[in-house]
Amino acid sequence: MNRPPGLLGAAWLIARKDLAIEFRSRSAFLSALVLSLLSLVIFYFAWDPTAVAAVDVAPGILWVTFTFSGLLGLHRSFGVEAQERAMDALLVAPVARESIFLGKALANFAFVLGVQVVALPALALFYNLPLSVVVGPLALAMLLAAIGLTCVGTLFAGITSNTRMAELLLPVLALPFFVPIVLPAAQVTAKLLAGRPVDESLGWFRILLAFDLVFLYACMLTFPFTLED
Amino acid sequence: MTAPASVRPRRGIDWLMVAAVALMTAAFVRAIYFTPPDRLQGMAQKIFYVHLPSAWVAFLAFGLTAIAGGVWLFIKDPRLDRFAESSAEVGVIFTTGVLVSGPLWGKPIWGAWWVWDARLTLTLFLWFLYLGYLVLRGAVDDRQARARYSAVVGILGALLIPFIHLSVYLFRTQHPTPIVANPTGIQMPAVMITTLFLALGAFTVLYMALVRQRMALAAERDALLDATTAES
Repeated sequence: MNRPPGLLGAAWLIARKDLAIEFRSRSAFLSALVLSLLSLVIFYFAWDPTAVAAVDVAPGILWVTFTFSGLLGLHRSFGVEAQERAMDALLVAPVARESIFLGKALANFAFVLGVQVVALPALALFYNLPLSVVVGPLALAMLLAAIGLTCVGTLFAGITSNTRMAELLLPVLALPFFVPIVLPAAQVTAKLLAGRPVDESLGWFRILLAFDLVFLYACMLTFPFTLED
Repeated sequence: MTAPASVRPRRGIDWLMVAAVALMTAAFVRAIYFTPPDRLQGMAQKIFYVHLPSAWVAFLAFGLTAIAGGVWLFIKDPRLDRFAESSAEVGVIFTTGVLVSGPLWGKPIWGAWWVWDARLTLTLFLWFLYLGYLVLRGAVDDRQARARYSAVVGILGALLIPFIHLSVYLFRTQHPTPIVANPTGIQMPAVMITTLFLALGAFTVLYMALVRQRMALAAERDALLDATTAES
């Protein structure tokens, strides 16, 4: 390749690099997956099925599980760059800093989607949920939520990776930002599982979409400021 | 060796702080002795003269933190970063005041210390957000990096607030409708309005005095760091 790649081309290369590292080791993906399955199991024992219906507890369980397993993957994404000062190599490469953000976010997005694709059927199985009738709109809500989570999470993972207590600081900073994603997503899940028509959830879908658009743009613009000059 | 001018402790009386204390005293005396209790809520309503000004100062402090951070990204004046730091810290203190005084009023009036109403939830998350901001500042040693990171978090926080408000507002709401920022005009007797505005003014002056002291402390800390790194 003689010409440096464009904004999206470079982002794609960085995402592929991250996913290739992850695919070869599989350590972070497997731990996030096991964590989410384990939390589904633990929630089962904290639940009284004779008092509360499965469709009432499922939205909460689903979103707590995704939020925390997502954080696990986000923390890893800049951790790999800290070894051997790989981040410096990325910074001197002829790519826009926005591309670094987009590439990292894209890889994290694939990571979160991967966890969701396994954990959602597992939830339906463990809690006997009528998933097949609502899977379309539910998948859309999860997709929109995953975009927002990975945008904000990637930016904060980049910031906290340079601090003394990265593992602790990432959730402290990122969780307040996850509220406007998790709240609508859990509401949509609850409405869909309760058999309500999709029209009732349109307002929540709009909030999710607006959050994704605003924060994708804002995080991409502010990310270059978090890197050293 | 004499210390550089910026490290020498400030001498004399902090007149801004004296004014703040005097105004606060005046506002409280007026609120307790010279303002009648509310017809429906009784004495519990007097918390309002602490609660609402604290909330105002908290929002003012966080708004200015976000603006100072945003401007810092372009000018890189260390004073802006010190202001953002001080304002966020004072804002967190006043938010704590809101979160403590609110439940004290909520228990007799609503019958519950806490409800998941839109405004309460928003205030709680502002508190979390800026506590995180302060923790982040404490975890970064490099001054430039600290200012950069906190500016970015401050800006994103300002973008987040409408989203939290909208989503929790749609979720459920119980907080009284705004009395002062009400489109039909202020729904309160004149004597209470005067007390309220006196309290708002007093809290704002207190905010300015606290931020000024905190900024002086930050400047001395930075100067001390410069002096010790220059020696070694």
